Amino acid sequence: MIDYIRNKFVKERFDLQEILLVPVFATVLALLIGYFFLLATGESFANIFVAYSSLFIGSLGSLNAISETFTAATPLVFAALGIALAFRAGLFNIGAEGQMIIGGLATVIVGFSIDFLPIWIHLPLALSIGALFGALYAAIAGWLKAYTGAHEVISTIMLNLIALRLLDYVLRSPIIQKEGRNDPISKSILNSAELPQILTFIDPQLRLHGGFLLMLFAVFFIYWLLFYTTIGYEFRATGANPNAAKYAGIKAGLTIVLVMAIAGALAGLAGANQITGVLGRASPGFSASIGFDAIAVALLGRSHPIGVLFAGLLFGALIAGGRLMQVKAGVSVDLITIIQALIIVFIAAPLLVKKSLPWFFK
Amino acid sequence: MISIELNKISKSFGPVKANQNIKLKAKGGEILGLLGENGAGKTTLMNILSGLYLPDSGEILINEKPVKFDNPGDAISAGIGMVHQHFMLVPIFSVTENVILGNEETGLANYLKLSEAEQKVKEISEQYSLLVDPKEITERLPVGTQQRVEIIKVLFRSAEVLIFDEPTAVLTPQEVTELFNIMNSLRESGKAIIFITHKLHEVLEICDRISILRAGEIVGDADPKTASSKELASMMVGRPVNLSLDSTASKPGNTLLEVRNLSVLNERQDAAVSNISFNVREGEILGVAGVQGNGQTELVDAITGLRPKLSGEILYFGENMSAVTPRKIHQIRIRHIPEDRQKSGIIGNFTVSENLILNNYYASPYSKNYAMNWSKVNDESEKIINKFDIRTPSANTLAENLSGGNQQKLVVGREMSDDVDLLIASQPTRGIDVGSIEYIHEQLIGSRNHGKGILLVSTELEEILTLSDRIIVLFRGEIIDEFGANPTPEEIGLAMAGHSRK
Repeated sequence: MIDYIRNKFVKERFDLQEILLVPVFATVLALLIGYFFLLATGESFANIFVAYSSLFIGSLGSLNAISETFTAATPLVFAALGIALAFRAGLFNIGAEGQMIIGGLATVIVGFSIDFLPIWIHLPLALSIGALFGALYAAIAGWLKAYTGAHEVISTIMLNLIALRLLDYVLRSPIIQKEGRNDPISKSILNSAELPQILTFIDPQLRLHGGFLLMLFAVFFIYWLLFYTTIGYEFRATGANPNAAKYAGIKAGLTIVLVMAIAGALAGLAGANQITGVLGRASPGFSASIGFDAIAVALLGRSHPIGVLFAGLLFGALIAGGRLMQVKAGVSVDLITIIQALIIVFIAAPLLVKKSLPWFFK
Repeated sequence: MISIELNKISKSFGPVKANQNIKLKAKGGEILGLLGENGAGKTTLMNILSGLYLPDSGEILINEKPVKFDNPGDAISAGIGMVHQHFMLVPIFSVTENVILGNEETGLANYLKLSEAEQKVKEISEQYSLLVDPKEITERLPVGTQQRVEIIKVLFRSAEVLIFDEPTAVLTPQEVTELFNIMNSLRESGKAIIFITHKLHEVLEICDRISILRAGEIVGDADPKTASSKELASMMVGRPVNLSLDSTASKPGNTLLEVRNLSVLNERQDAAVSNISFNVREGEILGVAGVQGNGQTELVDAITGLRPKLSGEILYFGENMSAVTPRKIHQIRIRHIPEDRQKSGIIGNFTVSENLILNNYYASPYSKNYAMNWSKVNDESEKIINKFDIRTPSANTLAENLSGGNQQKLVVGREMSDDVDLLIASQPTRGIDVGSIEYIHEQLIGSRNHGKGILLVSTELEEILTLSDRIIVLFRGEIIDEFGANPTPEEIGLAMAGHSRK
C-alpha cells in the first residue's frame, strides 16, 4: 500500500507537469463528470450553470470569497503537510483527525483557563501546546511501529477513534464544559488566545486570520526541513529505500518516531488553528473530517510542500464555493465530496488525464 | 530442421534505439552465441523473439516464411522457447505442476491429467539426460536442477528454438559444465539454440557461431575456433580492453581485520555462518568464493554492523568490534560496497550527489548543525564523478536513470573516494559491463597496492581468481577450503560444490 502510494503520489522533486498541470486538469475532468452527475439527477441546464458559477463566485468571485477559501484551506494544509511528510518517510499517517482533536482540545484548555497572560504570550502558548499534544499523540503510533512493529495504519485508525470519543467524554466534564450548558460544548477561549483577523482593515466581515500566515510559514519550514536539513535527508532516505537508509547508518526507529511527532504537531496545529482562529471553542466533531480530507490534499499535492499548498487552496475553494452553490442552486454540498473524490481518482491515474487532454501534455 | 532468421529488426523506446537493423540467423543443430554488454539490447531483442514486444520494423522468418508474434502465445506455438535468467517457477509446486502451468491437459470436469503429464516430463528428462524427478517439489531442488525444470517447460511446449538468457549466472562451475552437456545434446537432437551471455569464455567454449551486439546493433560475427577473448571483449566494448591485470605480488603488512569463530543467523534463525575464522592484512586482497547463498551476505552484514552476530569475535586493528553500527564502521575508516546496489547501495530517486553522501551526509563539510550545504556536496560530487568516470548528465540526475554500470561506479566511487584502511567489496562488479568491470578491478588492485586491505566477496570465480592474493571458499556457512594466490579454477570449483581437499 505505502509502496503504491509512494510510487504514485510522492514526487521527490518539484515537477511543473506532475505537481501542477495534472492536478489542474484532473479538477477540470472531475467538474465535467460532476456535471453529468447533476444532469443524471434531473437538474436543469440553467440550474447546473447557476451551481457551477456560484461554485466559482463563492470561492474566487469576491474578496470575501477569497478570504473564505483561504480560511478553509488553512487547517487542510497544516494537516496535509504532516501527512505528506509521513508519506515521504514511508509512513501512512491516517491519524491526522485524532491528532487534530487532541491538539485542539489542549489548545481550548490553555485558551480558556489561563487568564492573566498578554496575547503575545497566551496565543503562541495555546498554539504550541496544541502542536505538542498532537505530536505526543502521533508519537504513540510511531513508537508502537518502531519498537513493536505495529502497523501505523491500524494504530492511527484506533487512535482516531479514541480521540473522537475522548472528546465527547471530556466535553461533559465540569472543568471543560461551558457553564449552564447541558450539551457537550467547551468553554470559550479568551480573547488573548484568539488568532487576530488580518483583513479587517479592508472589511471587518472578512474572517481570514493569522493562522493563514502561520500556515504559509509552515509550508516554507517543511520545505526547508525536507530538502535543506540532515533530518529531511534521513526522512527521505528512509522512505525511498529503507535498506539503503539502514546501510547509511540512519536509525529507523528514531526516524519513525520523529516523523510521526512532526506530522502530529502539524495536525495538532490544524486543530489549534481552528480553535483559535475560527471556532473559539470545542464541540463534538469540531475537527469536521479535516484530518481525513487532508489525506486527499497530501495525495493531490504529491506530498510536496508546494504541491500541498496549492492542493489545499483548491480544496478550500471547493468548500467555500460549495456553500454558495448549496444556497444559490440548491445542489447538495455532497457534490463537492464527489468532485474531490474524482480528482483523487484522476490523480491516481495520471495517464487518464494525459490521454483525455493530450494537447496539454507533450 | 528449423531455421529462424531476424531481418532488419529495429525497436525504439522513445529516443532510445534499443535495436537497429538487427540481422541474425540460427538453424537447427547449432548454438548461436549472442554476446553483448548490459544495455546492448540483448533483452529487447529476445523479448521481440518471444512475442513480448512488436518490432518497429523488420521481420522474423521461420523456415523462411515471415511470421508475426502479437503475444508470447504466438511465439510459443511457432516453436520458440525462452529459458529465463530468473526462474519462473512456483516453489511449492512439483516439477510436473510447474511444467504444465498454463498448459494443463484436463479431462472430464476439469480433471487434471497429472499422471500423463508426469509421464511426458519423465520422457523428456530421459531423452536429454536431464535427470529430473517429475514428482519432486521444486523448492527442494538445487538451482542447477531448477534451471533444468525451466528447460523441460520449454521442451514440453515442443520448442525447436531455445533461447538461454544468461543461464550461467546462478550456477557453480560444475553445474555450468552439466548445462553445457545438456545444450550439446539439445544441439545434437536438432534444436536451434540462442545463447545470450556476456561471459567470453563460455561462448568460445560452446558456440558454433558468435554475433556481437553493441549499442543496439550487430557489430560483427566471430568464429569461436579462431577468435580470442581479447578480440571479443574489444568488439563488445568498442575499444581495446585489458583483461589481464598487472598483478604484482602482494606485500601484506599488519593484520587489519580478524574474524574469530564467527557464527551468524539468517532471517529464518538458521545458522548461515558457522564458526569461521580468517584475517585480512594490509596490502592484500582476500577473496571469498562460493556459490550465492552460502553465507556471504550474512558474513558481510555481521562485519559491517548490519546484522547481529550469534557468537565469535571480530577484531579491527586488534580491537574488539562488538555491537558496532554501520555508522561507526564508516567512522573507523572501513568502507563497504554492498552486494546489491539496487537494494541498499543507492537510492533510486535520489540524485547522484545525494547518493554520493549517503554515508556521511551528517558530517562536515556536507552539513553543519543539521543544515545541508548543497553547494559543497555538489562540488565534492563533481570531483568523484570525474575521478571515477561516472557517466551522468549531471550531479543532479536521479540515480535510477543511470545505467547499471554507472550506478555501480557511483557506489564504488563513494566507497573508494576517501582514504580508507579496509574495503569490504561484495559483488563489486555484479551485472555490469566489461568496461566498468575493468575499471573497478583496476581501482581495487590500485588500493591494494597502496597498502589497503580488501575483503572481496564474489560469486564470479574469474573475478576471485584475477584479483585475490588469498582465497577462502564458503560452503554452507563454513570455510570449506583455503587457497594461496594461484589455484586452478577446477580446485576452487570443487570446493564451491562442497568437496574439500582435506
